[in-house]
Formats: sequence, structure tokens, C-alpha cells
Amino acid sequence: MARRGGIGLGEMQAELLASAGKYCREKSPIDRVRRLLDDETGYDPAVWKEMVELGYLGIALPEAYGGAGLGIAEVVPVVEQMGRNLMGGPLLATTLAAQALLLAGTEQQKSTVLPGIASGTPASVALMEANGDWDPEAMECAAERDGGALVLQGRKTFVLDAHVARWVVASVRFADAPALVLLDAAALGRAEVRRETVIDETRRCFQLGLDGLRLPEDALLDVSATRAALARLELVGSLLVAAEMCGGGASCVDDTVSYLQTRTQFGRPIGSYQALKHPTVQAHVGMEQARSHLYAAAHGFDQPEEAEIAVRMAKAHAGTAFGFAADRAIQFHGAFGFTYECDAQLYRRRALWCEAQFGDALHHRRKLADLIL
Amino acid sequence: MTESTTQPSEAELGEYRSQAAAWFAENTPPPPPFMLPLTFMEVGTDEQFRFLCDWQNKVYEAGYLGASWPKEYGGGGLPRVFQDIATDEMRRHKAPIMLNTIGLSWAGPLLLDMGTHEQRLRYIQGILSAEDIWCQGFSEPDHGSDLGNAQTRAVRDGDDWVINGTKIWTTHGSYAKYMILLARTNPDAPRKYAGLSFFLAPMKIPGVEAVPIKKLTGEYGFTETFFTDARIPADSLMGEEGQGWAVAMRTLEYERNARGGQAGGYSITVPDAEETIDLARRARRGGRPAIEDPVVRDRLVEFLIENRAVELCAARQSIPPLNQERPLSLPLSSKLMSTELVRRMNEFAVSMQGAKGAYWIGEPDAVDGGVWQRAYLNAFSATIGGGTSQIQANIVAEHVLGLPKS
Repeated sequence: MARRGGIGLGEMQAELLASAGKYCREKSPIDRVRRLLDDETGYDPAVWKEMVELGYLGIALPEAYGGAGLGIAEVVPVVEQMGRNLMGGPLLATTLAAQALLLAGTEQQKSTVLPGIASGTPASVALMEANGDWDPEAMECAAERDGGALVLQGRKTFVLDAHVARWVVASVRFADAPALVLLDAAALGRAEVRRETVIDETRRCFQLGLDGLRLPEDALLDVSATRAALARLELVGSLLVAAEMCGGGASCVDDTVSYLQTRTQFGRPIGSYQALKHPTVQAHVGMEQARSHLYAAAHGFDQPEEAEIAVRMAKAHAGTAFGFAADRAIQFHGAFGFTYECDAQLYRRRALWCEAQFGDALHHRRKLADLIL
Repeated sequence: MTESTTQPSEAELGEYRSQAAAWFAENTPPPPPFMLPLTFMEVGTDEQFRFLCDWQNKVYEAGYLGASWPKEYGGGGLPRVFQDIATDEMRRHKAPIMLNTIGLSWAGPLLLDMGTHEQRLRYIQGILSAEDIWCQGFSEPDHGSDLGNAQTRAVRDGDDWVINGTKIWTTHGSYAKYMILLARTNPDAPRKYAGLSFFLAPMKIPGVEAVPIKKLTGEYGFTETFFTDARIPADSLMGEEGQGWAVAMRTLEYERNARGGQAGGYSITVPDAEETIDLARRARRGGRPAIEDPVVRDRLVEFLIENRAVELCAARQSIPPLNQERPLSLPLSSKLMSTELVRRMNEFAVSMQGAKGAYWIGEPDAVDGGVWQRAYLNAFSATIGGGTSQIQANIVAEHVLGLPKS
């Protein structure tokens, strides 16, 4: 196994970690998270506007498109802190769409869409198939040429924030190869859109029925760049979801600790019992390790040969650790933990949602086995 | 503790590394005809002891041990990074371990940190040269995890302290010239911790008897150590009378790697992750290399992820913005995470061998001479010694997470 790069933190990352931490804490207290669970939009547009003003949407966009010219490594602390406060909103989806375009978009697509994204137009990606897979080689959605147009067929699932997205980058099979197409608002208006009921109620997820949808031919992204773009996009998504999990897991441990400090039984705070204490330490240590993986993966994200191993390790570890922390959080809250009112369920559901995005721990370990053994 | 503060250049460091690499390539001894201990804790025969003493001395004389300790006390006076490079090269050349670990990693840094100038002049050089072997007298037969309850007595009598009591699990007890000793000077103190004092006690004196204890592997390396009216000089006291608990706790921070400043070198050669992968290539299950078994592969990857996490957590400690919320979290959990991982990884390495996992050292057909079995059983020395994993978990729970005392 080759020696790999270590952990590091850039100045901007450190600054964003501190400022985003403060911002998300203020804007997303748990009662607001809960109020938004039943809200159709799922986030507060005023907060979204502020996040745009803070520059969060343009962090990893080149300056030419109105961005800050930084990288995904600098998006990591923001997403981590959003996860820390179970914050909703289309930042993740929009960032992924922007990256897809940067990786494989034509110049015209980039200059049409990216400046809008930097100034707050939500966008999303549609990668997952109805069969639950997103492997470009097993894609069922397809595009065919018909005169000067593309005609789509198939169904995309788990499309985040499609209710507000002005642009969606979707993967399809085209001419026997994976391809990406850009759906604009007009195309989205003609697609069949159905909200999915998902385990994490802070999310807004949709299915897009693409059957018969006609797109102009210039909706196609650069086909020659698509395979590499999809592979990279999986890593971007995995890294950002890992960041969200690291944030969520840390809060989950905090919540559990605070319950163990205050709840008393048999005249003692229950946190004095080692049967609860030691697994809580295990949860905490697991999240600490996940966070170390996260920042190593972010640090090395621009070194292609390091990035894949580091990101898969980060995603696998975060998934397992957050799952454990949230599972124990329910158990250690006792009967209260079984109620909807207890926040433990929010974390458990979040952890399950994140685990299912861009491959679970088993998936990444399977890939890692071939990379490092 | 003073250290040169000028930042060495990349060129200087590179130069130093190639010198160190050349020295270890040239001087690392071939394996001796007898079995070497895997760690400093299993030094059980005189030939092992002599071999390792000589090696440590040679490394020190060459300047690759204590390179960053102050010159006036016998160190090299270089910035820390030089010693880290030397240690790295030592490891890379699979050089034998440093023997005098309790001196090099616990007592030595403690003396540099809290000792007087006279104490440092007297003890530091001997620690580095392996002339003076050190041991630690903390645990007692009835007080291991409950260290604060230690009952060994020290009574002042004229210019001496008179020591009575029993210490146990004394690594190097048979060889040590000095012991860092925790003893009760005031049995009537209102709090048990307040009655303790810390001594730098000579061992080769009348009234001290070290009786070897056989370990679970059949090896030796530690003793039960009996003090019967043993008289140690008054100036053996380190710090103030009655403040031994604080000094002992500081010592444990060095022992658990929660505080830096160790002399360098390494003292544990348990097989690492790379060697575990290599074993998976060689071990066979169901007629095929174990590494082709998908279940084995998944377990291996899990271990590699965790192993990498432990390395990254160590590196993360030096990045303050990533430790802001709970600054003690990584230092206080490092022993727990690393020792438990090593134990489980070695356990897996044994089971990966299938039927051959049941062989033992001495059996010619044992895989790698039974080193994995030996490493697994010896791994408990780290999950138990220096505070059990369960005590470590209490420490993290109470001092990092703020959970109430058990």
C-alpha cells in the first residue's frame, strides 16, 4: 500500500470552519429544524439568501463565473457545520450540479448556469436510477437523437431539491456510453416530478419521469469527459456527505452526552454508569476518527491518486461511526428515545439517509479492497 | 526545557535523513541467534538485555537518540523534527527496539519537565546511554486501576525515607537501577491522593527484591517488587512531599503519549498493517491465498481504515483549529484507540491463518514462527498496562465529554 499524504488545513478552511460554525448554529437551532420538517420547501429562503451573500455557493467556482476560486476542500467545513445543525436547503445539490458542469459542461453551459448558481439559483443532479444504482455502466435512463433534438426515457430517483432547482444535470445512456444532459427550467416543467417520501425528513427528494422529454441537442454535456466526470462527482458527493455525517455525528454525541449528564435514575445521573459511558466514548472516538479522515480527504482532494482512497475511507468510516452514534443515541435516551419528540431519531434518520447516498460503507470498502489490497 | 528555535531548512533535514539512513543501514545488527522481545516489556533474559542495552547505547552515541533533548544534560540540542526523522529511519530499517523506555519516554521527559537542574544532570545522560535502566513503581497487587489508593509506605527517618510495601508489574524490575516510585507518605491525609509522594528511588540497595513474573506467553519481563525497610536517600523525593499524585498523573500523560517530549526511538515492534496485508497474501484458506477471500478482504479494509484513522488523529493533534471544541479529546483517547486496534488486528491475523493459527512459538510449521500469536497475546500489555482501556474510556468520558464520575 503506497504511502499517502496526511492531514492539513488551509487558512480559508479554518476560517470557514469557525464562521460557518457560528452562522449555522445561529440560523438552525433545533426548534427551527423541527418546524421545517413539515414545510413543503424544507428550508428558509431568507437563510438561503444569506448563505448566498456569505459566498457559500461560489466557494468552489472559478472567479470567472462569480465564484471565489477555491476548491471542494473549502466547501467541506461549511457542509460539516450545516450537518452539525441538521440544516436543510439545496447547498449540497447545487454544489454537485456546479461541479458536474465544471467537470464536463460546455463553455456555453458553464457561462449560462454557473454565475447564476454563484448568486443563488438552486440546481441539482439526477444520478440515481429507479433500480437504486448510479453506476454509469448500468444506466437505464437513455437519450436518443431525434432530428435535431434529444428524446429521453426512464426515471431518475433521489433527485434532491428538484422543487426549487432551476437546473438539473442528469445522467443518461447515449450512443452506448454514459452521458450527462442539462435540464433547464422549461424541461423540468415538462418532466413528471413526484416528491419521494424519504427517511430523513429534513430532505426534499424527488423522482423525475423523463419519458418523452425532448431537449435541444446542446443540452448534452461534453460526452468525452463524462466518464471521468461521473467518477469524480461520486467522490465529490461522497466527501460532502461524509462532511455532513461528521457534523451530524458530533452533534448526536453532544446530545447524548447532555442527556446522560442530566437524566437521573436510582439517584445518580445515568452518565455515571459505565454501560452507557463506554459506548458513548466509542461513539465519540469513532466520530473523531471520521473527522480526521474527512480533513485528510479534503486536504488531498486535488491529488487524484490520493483522493479516491482517502474519500472512500472517509465516507466508509463516517457512515459506520455516525450510524453507531445515532443508534446508541436512541437507545440511551430510554423510552424518550423511542418518541418522535426526541432528537435522536432526527440523527438516526439523517445517518441512514447519508449512508445510502453515494454508496454505503460496504460499497466503499469493496472498492477500497481493490485499490489497496 | 530549551530547544533550538530556528527552523531547519528542507535541505538540512534531507541531509540529516540521508545521514541517519546511511547509519542505520550500516549499523543495524543482524538478528541474534536468540529470540528478541517484541516490545521493551518482554525483556526476560540476560542475553536479550545485553544485546538491547548495547544497541541503545550505540544509537545514542551516534546521536540518533535524545537528539532533541538539551545538550547540557546529554541530549543533542536539535529541534524535535530531527529526532522524528531519526526514529523514522530506525523503524524503516527495522532496527531493534530501544530498551530503556521508562527512562526515555516517561521518567526522562518528566525530569526535563518538572525536575531540578541537579536531578537532570544526575539522571538524563544515563537514561540515554542505557547505563541506568529505569522502572516504574505505581501499581500494587491490590491497587492497579485504583492507583490513588496505593499503600506502599515511605516514612522519613533522618536523612532517609524508609520504604515498605509491594509493587507489581514492574517492567525491567530485575535490571533497573532506578524506579519512579509512588508511595504513601501520609496515611492520615484527608484525601487519599494528598497522602502520596513521588520518588526517584535507587533499586540496587538492601531491602529491595524483584521477583520475575511469567507472562501469558511464557516470557518474562516484569517483576513483583518487594520493599522491606529499604532506605533511600532524602533527596530521592521528586517535587514536594504530598504532591506525588500530580507528578504521577503527569508521568502517565507521557506514558500514554498524551504529552510530547520523549527521547525518541521506538520500543514496540508489533506487526503493522502492511505486514498484516502481507500475511494475508501468504496465509491460505480453503486452498487459496487468504487475501482472495472476500470476507477477509473486507475485514482487512476495515482495519486499514481504522489504522489510517489512528495515524491521522495523531497528525491532527498539531492542527489547533481542528481541535478547538475538545482540545483534550485526541491526546486523551490516543492510547485507547491505538492499543485496542493493535489487539484486534493481531487477533484477526491469527484467525486468518486458519488451522495454523493454533500453532505456537517453537513449532517449525507455525506461520512466521508464531509471531502473530505472540503479538496478539502481548497486545494485552498495552490495553491493560498504563491504565486499562476501561479506565481510559472513563478518562475520556469524564475529562473530554464531561460525563459524571462512575
